[in-house]
Amino acid sequence: MRGVRWLLLKDLQILRRSPLQAMLLVAYPILIAVLVGFAISREPGDPRVAFLNEVPPNTRINVGGEELPKANVREQVCKRVECVFVEDREEAREKVASGDVLAALILPANLVNKINSLSTLTPGVPAVEVLVNEENAVKAELVDDRITTLLAEANLRIARRIGNEGGRYLGLIVNGGGFEILGETVPILGLRASARILEQVTPTLPPKLRPALREVTQFATQARDNLDVAKPLIDRLAQPIAVEKVVVGGDSPPLEIFAIAVAATLTLAFVVVLLVAGSLALEREENAFSRLTRGLVSSGGLLAEKVLLGVVVGLVVTLLMLFGMQVFSPLELGRVPLWLVAILFSAAALGAAGAALGAAAREVRAVSLLAFMVTLPIALLSLVPSGAVGPGAFDAIRIVTALFPFKPALEAIAAAIDEAGSGIGGPLLHLTVLFAAYAAIARVALRRFATI
Amino acid sequence: MRATGVVKRFGEREALRGVSLEAGPGELVAIIGPNGAGKTTLLSILAGIARPDEGEVASADGAVGWVPQQAALYRRLTVEENLLLFARLEGREDPRASTEEMLELTGLGDRRGEIVARLSGGNQQRINIAIGLLSRPAVLLLDEPSVGLDPRQRARLWDFVSALAGSGTTVIFSTHDIQEAERYGGRVLVLADGESLFDGSAKGLREAVRSEAPEAADRDFETAFVAYLHHRGH
Repeated sequence: MRGVRWLLLKDLQILRRSPLQAMLLVAYPILIAVLVGFAISREPGDPRVAFLNEVPPNTRINVGGEELPKANVREQVCKRVECVFVEDREEAREKVASGDVLAALILPANLVNKINSLSTLTPGVPAVEVLVNEENAVKAELVDDRITTLLAEANLRIARRIGNEGGRYLGLIVNGGGFEILGETVPILGLRASARILEQVTPTLPPKLRPALREVTQFATQARDNLDVAKPLIDRLAQPIAVEKVVVGGDSPPLEIFAIAVAATLTLAFVVVLLVAGSLALEREENAFSRLTRGLVSSGGLLAEKVLLGVVVGLVVTLLMLFGMQVFSPLELGRVPLWLVAILFSAAALGAAGAALGAAAREVRAVSLLAFMVTLPIALLSLVPSGAVGPGAFDAIRIVTALFPFKPALEAIAAAIDEAGSGIGGPLLHLTVLFAAYAAIARVALRRFATI
Repeated sequence: MRATGVVKRFGEREALRGVSLEAGPGELVAIIGPNGAGKTTLLSILAGIARPDEGEVASADGAVGWVPQQAALYRRLTVEENLLLFARLEGREDPRASTEEMLELTGLGDRRGEIVARLSGGNQQRINIAIGLLSRPAVLLLDEPSVGLDPRQRARLWDFVSALAGSGTTVIFSTHDIQEAERYGGRVLVLADGESLFDGSAKGLREAVRSEAPEAADRDFETAFVAYLHHRGH
């Protein structure tokens, strides 16, 4: 192990002597920490939407000849998006085309009339107009989602309001009360009172008439009882299906904790894999490999030194990043010992994977490219949630990501950071198995590809 | 240093076919031959980097120093840092004293703080050899040490190596430069396609060339040597 110490010192000297590399190692985690920090500490901005309301003022939605209170569509819409008010359609079109706004929402002049026609014998199709600029697929998807959500909410509000009014009328029919019409209050007797009066009158009538009157009383009672049931039905029509969410698995951390864990793991993975693979390849690029392994240090010792280098630098860089994140999102500092355990296990497994890559190549550039080409797609695949792709594809992704230490490292670091997180034992065991496997592969590769 | 009947195979190909060699203290032995003759393979077996498939290798007490063809040192470290690192790895009792000794031997004491990458090829080769000497070896193996050096650097290098041999170190070096082998090698071993064709003095090689390739005897030695190899079926 004496040789390992001096080689580690040598690698740190070389690292210190490469200012660009050393600066990148420090700057990269800081940059990632700042970017992630800003992303998770800021509310997402409301999308800018041009808004044109062509509906004449004081036009109201009418149900059964009765005007509903003002809908305040403008206020409702502008609560959810940043409204940019425009004067006419041409201005709306220009703003969308230039990208100044995400979309334009136009309420046409006949919108309310079309809504009112729904309760007539000749119903129209009420529609709003949406102008969009689908300059790329992601933006198109975003606009579709936002506008669909906005319209679904508007439809729900209108349906609820109509339901409420309908319910009020039903209440009048069942229970009676006052009905405002042309500024005067018309008393409505209601089914309940009607039935009661009929029941009181029945004994005073000639026996011949009583059966017929009882039928009328019975009808009034049945109608009252059934209409009582109808009110909740009308209320449910506005939102017939309610959502009851039950979490049955996947004890996921809060989004901001997960974002921090992703950023930390990504930093750790790139730093450790590239550093270990590169420094091992450097031994061969400098032709020192055969000299070293000729009795000065064993190939196992050389691999251990490279993994140790990755662990030391990875630990410093990742801790630097996590403490940097404190500025944006305070983390539980009592869990620092768990952070250390998670980072050490992760860095060791990632370092062994880097050593396996580094042992197979002779040139630092080639091995850096190889390490990058392996780490980046695996990291991206590790973030694909189940259900986002077909079951077959997800099974394949699960197998591939289980073979590289990124995903278990992410799970270990997330569990270490998250106070209410799931157990860390499983990911640590997974990392241990991967460490042993990659260390064995690296030893074989070093022997197989060793050249004189 | 003694090698007897060394055979080395790479798959189907036989890189060395029963090669033997013996070198005593202070001897300077040149191994010559065309590319692919097996020079580097023989040296790496003598150095203990590769194992022979058949035959034996033995050396007297004292480490065997190995100087690979391409300088095996860290170009981003200084001259002194390189020597100190390898002295520590060699387990020298006083690594700093060993470093100073090598700096003096190579004449690079005044450039100790310079990054190796900034040194000339000749100076890099001197450090490369100095690293090979850190273990104070009884035998020093040099694989084509003068490749890539200009004539002046070559002359310096051979002065340095000759001085080592003069102090009792056994030096075995490979080269494909016949004149270099003739000039500096006290003994010459000729290899071709893994086969040992000649083992003797430089003068003896000239005589062998003259007798086996008389048609080329009047031409320069290199041409005559190529004719000799041709006559021997290579």
